[in-house]
Amino acid sequence: MTTTPPPPQAFEKAEPDEVEGGTAPGVDTGRKSGRTSRRQLGTLAKQRLSNPWASGIAIVIALLWTVPTFGLLVTSFRPSGAIRDNGWWNALNPFDSETGFTFTLQNYSDAMTGSTNLADYFVNSLVITLPAVFIPISIALLAAYAFAWIDFRGRDVLFVAVFALQIVPIQITLIPLLTQYVDWGLAGSFWTVWLSHSIFALPLAIFLLHNFMKDIPPSLVEAARVDGAGHVKIFFQVLLPLLVPAIAAFAIFQFLWVWNDLLVALVFGSAQDVRPLTVHIAELAGTRGQTWHLLSAGAFISMVVPVIVFLSLQRYFVRGLLAGSVKG
Amino acid sequence: MGEIWNNAGLWIEYITRPVREWLLDPSGPGHKIALMVVAIALFGVVMGGILLLVDRSRRAPGWLVTVAFVGPALAALAFGLVYPALRTTYSSFFNRNGSEYVGFDNYAQAFTQAEFQLVLRNTALWVLLVPLLATFIGLVYAVVVDRTRFEKLAKTLMFLPMSISMVGAGIIWRFMYEYRQTEAEQTGLLNQVLVSLGFDSKQFLLDAPENNVFLLIVMVWIQAGFAMTILAAAIRAIPDDIVEAARLDGLTGLKMFRYITIPSIRPALVVVLTTIAMATLKVFDIVRTMTNGNFGTSVVANEFYEQSFRQFNQGLGAALAVILFILVIPIVIYNVRQMRLSEEIR
Repeated sequence: MTTTPPPPQAFEKAEPDEVEGGTAPGVDTGRKSGRTSRRQLGTLAKQRLSNPWASGIAIVIALLWTVPTFGLLVTSFRPSGAIRDNGWWNALNPFDSETGFTFTLQNYSDAMTGSTNLADYFVNSLVITLPAVFIPISIALLAAYAFAWIDFRGRDVLFVAVFALQIVPIQITLIPLLTQYVDWGLAGSFWTVWLSHSIFALPLAIFLLHNFMKDIPPSLVEAARVDGAGHVKIFFQVLLPLLVPAIAAFAIFQFLWVWNDLLVALVFGSAQDVRPLTVHIAELAGTRGQTWHLLSAGAFISMVVPVIVFLSLQRYFVRGLLAGSVKG
Repeated sequence: MGEIWNNAGLWIEYITRPVREWLLDPSGPGHKIALMVVAIALFGVVMGGILLLVDRSRRAPGWLVTVAFVGPALAALAFGLVYPALRTTYSSFFNRNGSEYVGFDNYAQAFTQAEFQLVLRNTALWVLLVPLLATFIGLVYAVVVDRTRFEKLAKTLMFLPMSISMVGAGIIWRFMYEYRQTEAEQTGLLNQVLVSLGFDSKQFLLDAPENNVFLLIVMVWIQAGFAMTILAAAIRAIPDDIVEAARLDGLTGLKMFRYITIPSIRPALVVVLTTIAMATLKVFDIVRTMTNGNFGTSVVANEFYEQSFRQFNQGLGAALAVILFILVIPIVIYNVRQMRLSEEIR
């Protein structure tokens, strides 16, 4: 680990069809090579499709990956009595006069208000997530710029060090950080959660954004320099507009990571005023594990935002994955 | 003189307290959202101000510009990752409240006591099975849906679990595993299947040791989409002339898969396996949501939380965190080395 670690080029030749709009620098270098004999591959694919085994396997796996979620979704719309009495599949039977096709929104309104009061925690999740996405991306962009385009002594060593920090499990940092926050009188506020999430995101963010920045043609930067632009101007006017897809890719990672996080929120933000949905629902699951009408609705209330974000920005997400990493 | 200072202190306290309270102790949703906007704006103003100063002052030396760019990141990392990691390592050699040096006792306890050996065994099971199963299923699925009419939809279906929280996934699967007595009306789908086939219903989450497998299936369910995406892209990237040549040589179906596809995507396979292994090692949410580590299902990450924040045994908790760290290192080294190798081949 003495030189700059290579970006994971195993994927650079990848040609994901999901990745369309926008031009991610560096990800689509191999795009041309696969085009030539598409048609032949098309015939191959038809052969494969005609293979009943293959279709069978595809259907079985697809079912295994959707039925669990679907079952809980159906449950979340059933009357709580019916949920206790029999399985959710009975609700899909139109000939069952007792429980077939009786659906209600009662569980959702119960979960949002009253003692579970998920509406409040929903706000908390939102309030936690947005700054925890914005702050690390800003800091990481500046650092990535410096690592890519400013020549300074010790740059390579520092960059490798930052890259290596990705492997530090956040568990190892929690107690000293918590002690520090208590000393500063910050414990139990949003600031600790924002700060912690931002710090934990930095190594991956710097690494990813640096890789994207390196792929921008140096001539662009040189030209701006010749025109007398300083680093700040180059950063904002030349590089930032080109990096929008990369930023979007990382922003989605970070959004999903923070919204779905349990550990950081449990440790720093489990105070009633601050806790996000995940913490509250996990607690519900622990203390009232059989109240399935609340749990099912609550689970879907917590899932709705990430699923929408994910589905609408899927191609950026896939691009981020193919650029070589996920947060571990 | 001292009195004036004391008074000034009081005044400052008097003036800043409402600000502090507003910043630290928000009441109600509107206040929280306002606080969020203020936090983002405050951060933007500070960062922008630093950059503006650096930009405006003509005589700003080079190093100052550099510090303005990398300084915030390095300071944050030093404060939030490097120092706490060292500090935790240090506490792992002390007793439960940090008052007495105990050498390697915490580690000895983690490796020799039966209850912690169980935790280590479970972790090994997770780290072995989850990457293998997720990668295998992701690969098979990528191959069978590749270039079919429903490819995009099919891929999204497997991919969706990646976007939801592990807490949510845990609840989804706990409902699948829901147990009722054999004679009773079943509410869990899996037990319904068992009962319809004439078996007794099963306590999926209680019966050790197989309950560990039922828990780790949830992680497989989450991670397979990741494996599928990376591997599908890698399969697409196999040069057509290789496939063509192999086909002319009469390779088809499974043989093609075995002798062409697998060797060609080997680097991607390694990356997928190691990435999932690293994520699995740190998994905590699933165990906590589904069994809370009871019934012999705890893993290192969960036990760390249990010891640090429930039993308040800081020394042992710190030792478990360090063990987690040490277990990640070989996987990472293997990962980086494979990446280097695949670089050289190219």
